[in-house]
Amino acid sequence: MSLLEVEDLAVHFGGVKAVDGVSFSVREGSVFSIIGPNGAGKSTIFNLISRIYRPTRGSIRFDGRDITRLAAHEVARLGIARTFQNIELFDHSTVLDNLLMGRHVHRRSNFIQDIFFTPKVRREEHIHRTRVEEVITFLELEAYRDKMIAGLPYGVRKVVEIGRALALGPRLILLDEPASGLSVEESREVAFWIEDMRRDMGLTVLMVEHDMSLVAQVSDHVLAVAEGRMLAQGSAAGVQADPDVRAAYLGTEAA
Amino acid sequence: MRVTFKTSYDRDIDLHESWRQRGWIALLLAIMAALPFLVGEYYLAEATNTLIWALAGMGLMVLVGHTGQVSLGHAAFLAIGAYTDAALMNAGVPFLVSFPLAGLAAGLFGALVAIPAVRMSGIYLAIATLALFVIVEELVIILEPVTGGIGGIQAPSIMIFGMEFDRYLALDRFYWLCLAVVALVTWGYANLLRSPTGRSFLAVRDSEISARALGVNVTRTRALAFGLSSGVTGLAGALMGHYIGFFNYELFSIFISINLLLVVTIGGLGFIQGAFFGAILITAVPQIISILRDTGSNWGVDLGTIPGLDTAIFAVILIGFIIYEPAGLYGRWLKIRAWFELFPLARRDMFRRQKTYLKTERMR
Ligand SMILES: Nc1ncnc2c1ncn2[C@@H]1O[C@H](COP(=O)(O)OP(=O)(O)OP(=O)(O)O)[C@@H](O)[C@H]1O
Ligand SMILES: [Mg+2]
Repeated sequence: MSLLEVEDLAVHFGGVKAVDGVSFSVREGSVFSIIGPNGAGKSTIFNLISRIYRPTRGSIRFDGRDITRLAAHEVARLGIARTFQNIELFDHSTVLDNLLMGRHVHRRSNFIQDIFFTPKVRREEHIHRTRVEEVITFLELEAYRDKMIAGLPYGVRKVVEIGRALALGPRLILLDEPASGLSVEESREVAFWIEDMRRDMGLTVLMVEHDMSLVAQVSDHVLAVAEGRMLAQGSAAGVQADPDVRAAYLGTEAA
Repeated sequence: MRVTFKTSYDRDIDLHESWRQRGWIALLLAIMAALPFLVGEYYLAEATNTLIWALAGMGLMVLVGHTGQVSLGHAAFLAIGAYTDAALMNAGVPFLVSFPLAGLAAGLFGALVAIPAVRMSGIYLAIATLALFVIVEELVIILEPVTGGIGGIQAPSIMIFGMEFDRYLALDRFYWLCLAVVALVTWGYANLLRSPTGRSFLAVRDSEISARALGVNVTRTRALAFGLSSGVTGLAGALMGHYIGFFNYELFSIFISINLLLVVTIGGLGFIQGAFFGAILITAVPQIISILRDTGSNWGVDLGTIPGLDTAIFAVILIGFIIYEPAGLYGRWLKIRAWFELFPLARRDMFRRQKTYLKTERMR
């Protein structure tokens, strides 16, 4: 059964057709990767799904429900979490607080109860903290728990952002270039985590990634895009061998 | 260096890390409570003034320091608090009712104007908040029968359960009243920061786009922050009205708004403690200047003839902080403390990577 269905999705910024008629469907419990040269419109597809951009055309369905017109903050509540290509963490907070912010959709107290810090708020905090600790253990972030984001190395921040998305307890996680800027060892860890997310947590993963060895290792299904249009779909090997895909990559390298 | 071993999640959730810290806070409160027995009328009045400024500073800190929105119009909420409280008391409402109502009125007004205003950001929001002065001035004149119009209004003596809390007749009690209000608000503010609401404020401040992606309704969160901020500022306004006694709307000028911004930026954006440090500075500098003037004239140097000396000194202090210490007085204090705790291991460049600016200051 497919969890996410995107149909004829398009967004135009003035004359730029950033995404132009893209359709795909992501099966529940699978890892789906989108590849393509720089400026192909991959991040824009993510921004359309998380409702930061309003599509010019097309529809997005999540778990059978049309989310094309939802407000950006309502998408998370349905169980869609994401990371950003250029890390968007809360820089002046600790790792722990960043992860706790990932629990926002699960809050049960209102601001008045928060001001008086009623026993209910404390109970809820315990639950949030327990969930967050699970994420910390999973991603091995123990050593950074109380560190400020602003002073952390790039690789760690990247992992914290994945952790924040996991803390939300999503059904679908969107990872925008999770391995970019990471060392070989760090990318290998990311590959293991993605496999664990699918196998142990039952998550569905939608990923944008340039590192083809990572894509080939974890993906069930690959979609190649260029200049906002779909080039090919299928297995990693099949897509890599596709002549249109090769031409698109060569074209940008020559340019 | 002290290391706290945490044995349960409560150690992180609790307001204070250790009994030691609780001891310090209790000691500070005890000294503050004993102040009327330790200093004379004059300094007690100054301390009261500082408490009121700290309260207003906390109000603005929620907005500027913790949600990343700038307001140049916060004096308007002081005015709404002061007028509501004084007008209600003149109509016979007891202080224990009129005071919370004054905060509520300012808070509701703040949340109301926030709904269109919060869609703006940075400099646009700052300019929009300037319009608040015009609104308040008009309101005061239209509602002359209750506000006294241009002539002004008298904030009546505070009576609680038959006891007098007048600023002139019973300054020590008025001081304790202010201290109690400040302590309660500080407690509520600290609670807010360790709960989901406070985290959503910080989220909106540091990355609006991820806040949205995590399910935070940014518009509503900003309006809430604006409402809480103006509500607390309204409470400070009510106390300020009683502190001054007789006032009209000219008391709540743009300069008060700017001074409030100085309190939060110099004190340390993003720290509750910053509001206190800033309030101490803003109330102490005029005192220091007048002392300098007196000593200057004793030595035959007439500083009194230099116009705008206060403003110039504030400006220099502000520029100095923005360049050398964006974390404000409180940030500097944290570093000094760390230096002593680590002695002799502290290194000069220990905090170099931490010199970052809050987004508030960047004026998107
Ligand atoms: N808000 C916007 N306004 C105008 N143009 C935009 C906007 N967002 C994206 N674009 C354009 O859309 C195109 C696709 O951008 P996008 O960021 O989706 O590429 P990408 O595939 O993620 O590339 P990369 O691999 O470099 O991350 C680019 O030409 C970009 O300039
Ligand atoms: Mg991209």
